[in-house]
Amino acid sequence: MSFSSESESISLARRHRKAKLFSMFCGMVTWSGVVLLAVLLYQVSIDGFRWLDWQFIDSFPSRFPERAGIKSALVGTIWLISLVALISIPVGVCTALYLEEFAGKGKISKIIEVNIANLAGVPSIVYGILGLAIFVRYMALERSLVSGALTMSLLILPVIIIASREAIKTVPMSIRYAAYSLGATKWQTAWAHVLPASFPGIMTGVILALSRAIGETAPLIMIGALTFVAFLPEGPMDSFTALPIQIYNWVSRPQQEFHELAAAGIIILLSVLLLMNATAIYIRNKTERRLK
Amino acid sequence: MIEFQDPSILPEINTPMNKKSALELRKVNIFYSDNQAVKDVSFNIRRNRITAIIGPSGCGKSTLLRSLNRMNDFVEGARVEGELLFADENLYGKDVDPVEVRRRIGMVFQKPNPFPKSIYNNIAWGPLINGYSDSTDELVEKSLKQAALWDEVKDRLHDSALNLSGGQQQRLCIARALAMEPEVLLMDEPCSALDPISTAHIEDLMFELKERYTIVIVTHNMQQAARVSDYTAFMEMGDLIEFNVTKRIFTRPSVKRTEEYVTGRFG
Ligand SMILES: Nc1ncnc2c1ncn2[C@@H]1O[C@H](COP(=O)(O)OP(=O)(O)OP(=O)(O)O)[C@@H](O)[C@H]1O
Ligand SMILES: [Mg+2]
Repeated sequence: MSFSSESESISLARRHRKAKLFSMFCGMVTWSGVVLLAVLLYQVSIDGFRWLDWQFIDSFPSRFPERAGIKSALVGTIWLISLVALISIPVGVCTALYLEEFAGKGKISKIIEVNIANLAGVPSIVYGILGLAIFVRYMALERSLVSGALTMSLLILPVIIIASREAIKTVPMSIRYAAYSLGATKWQTAWAHVLPASFPGIMTGVILALSRAIGETAPLIMIGALTFVAFLPEGPMDSFTALPIQIYNWVSRPQQEFHELAAAGIIILLSVLLLMNATAIYIRNKTERRLK
Repeated sequence: MIEFQDPSILPEINTPMNKKSALELRKVNIFYSDNQAVKDVSFNIRRNRITAIIGPSGCGKSTLLRSLNRMNDFVEGARVEGELLFADENLYGKDVDPVEVRRRIGMVFQKPNPFPKSIYNNIAWGPLINGYSDSTDELVEKSLKQAALWDEVKDRLHDSALNLSGGQQQRLCIARALAMEPEVLLMDEPCSALDPISTAHIEDLMFELKERYTIVIVTHNMQQAARVSDYTAFMEMGDLIEFNVTKRIFTRPSVKRTEEYVTGRFG
């Protein structure tokens, strides 16, 4: 069995021990995060669980906790996120594609790149102020879903662009060369090969970005999403409320019941988030398999 | 000084193209930013013949090959000077569309680079985007047969091309290039990643293909150059040292450097 000298096998044993320690450490770090999340979820669940029923989902907000529900906020969030996805995915992906495939690699590209990275770090309230000034006031879109969606899109665009660019960068040059050598234009190459090959990575970025948008509160407060809405938006120009705003509103009331309602709202928000992520991961896995 | 046995393989500067040549290189210089990778290279590439480009690593073979279908356009800082005549037009002329050039002059790369798509779509895509409207089924079959791959893949045309072996992938890439029915086929060390059997496959294939296509191949394998090519260009440090019929290059080269290189007395 011994094909290594004694000193070699001792140092090998030490290296194995090190590897084991390190993987244990990483495991611990991972699990501490999971445990923390579990505790949080548990706390929220015991607070909010007894309010969770169909009546809660299907009712408008009310001054009386027993009658209060989350219908308008839930529908508002679904509207908002759909609009945000509709605006930010095409714009973000096209921007990334342009920057990676078409724009030169000169100084201007570099400047744009740095700027986008910086924009990703700007506090969301600043986007709210921007949205208020431009969309609500200047473009006179009022406190509508469109204003909210445009503001949120601005907020998450940098994330989508950066993630999409990274995904596009991982597509090997040899695939592009293969396409070019068949007499394909840049556009045909990008559309038929680069985009599909980077699709799973782009999806990941989009999921992360939309998940952020769903929980953002500050910019919506800034542009003046309403806190008490007893009707459903019927079009993108209607005023609206959203889950985080409704939760915020309930939390800031003194009565214990409303705090519990907030917890129930949080459960709903998390469920929507989970559902969204699951759908996206499903789509991603499906397309990934097709590519292989 | 370069010595030529067959005068038709030497371009006559400032005259129309020789009828026998598919491509004529006239004083071609290629630069990467300030570095010159190819220096004053002139020779004719004969139609329906196989022309081999040999020479030590880094001498500019791939650079020269890439200039023949304007793939150098994608290399940052690359600049081509001189005349590259194709169908009586300079490939680098003002109103030449590089996309059109690449459609008519195909390329097979050193490393197999199939698209991450099905075998079928690998082949059908090029013709489709170029407006091919007949049945692609037949075209796919024909191209795969030409590349001697049909029998191995005919039952799994819709499987991913990435599941093929390296040699099969390379033949798929050849089939993909052939589906475009290019006039010239450029091959940059197409066998360097392949085993002897796949290599033999591809060499056989080249013999068959030259009836219809003009082939230019870069290779490090002297036997391969001697076996398959009709003409051979020997390059060193960006210079064309000697260009002649292959037999002559390998038996009685007129330049000492060539002899040293092809007999392996020099790396
Ligand atoms: N993209 C590039 N940018 C700058 N210089 C380059 C580039 N590609 C090649 N060169 C330089 O040009 C010269 C010729 O390179 P080339 O790839 O044409 O050599 P080659 O003959 O194909 O070598 P090999 O046999 O190793 O493939 C080399 O000195 C190389 O360093
Ligand atoms: Mg090379």
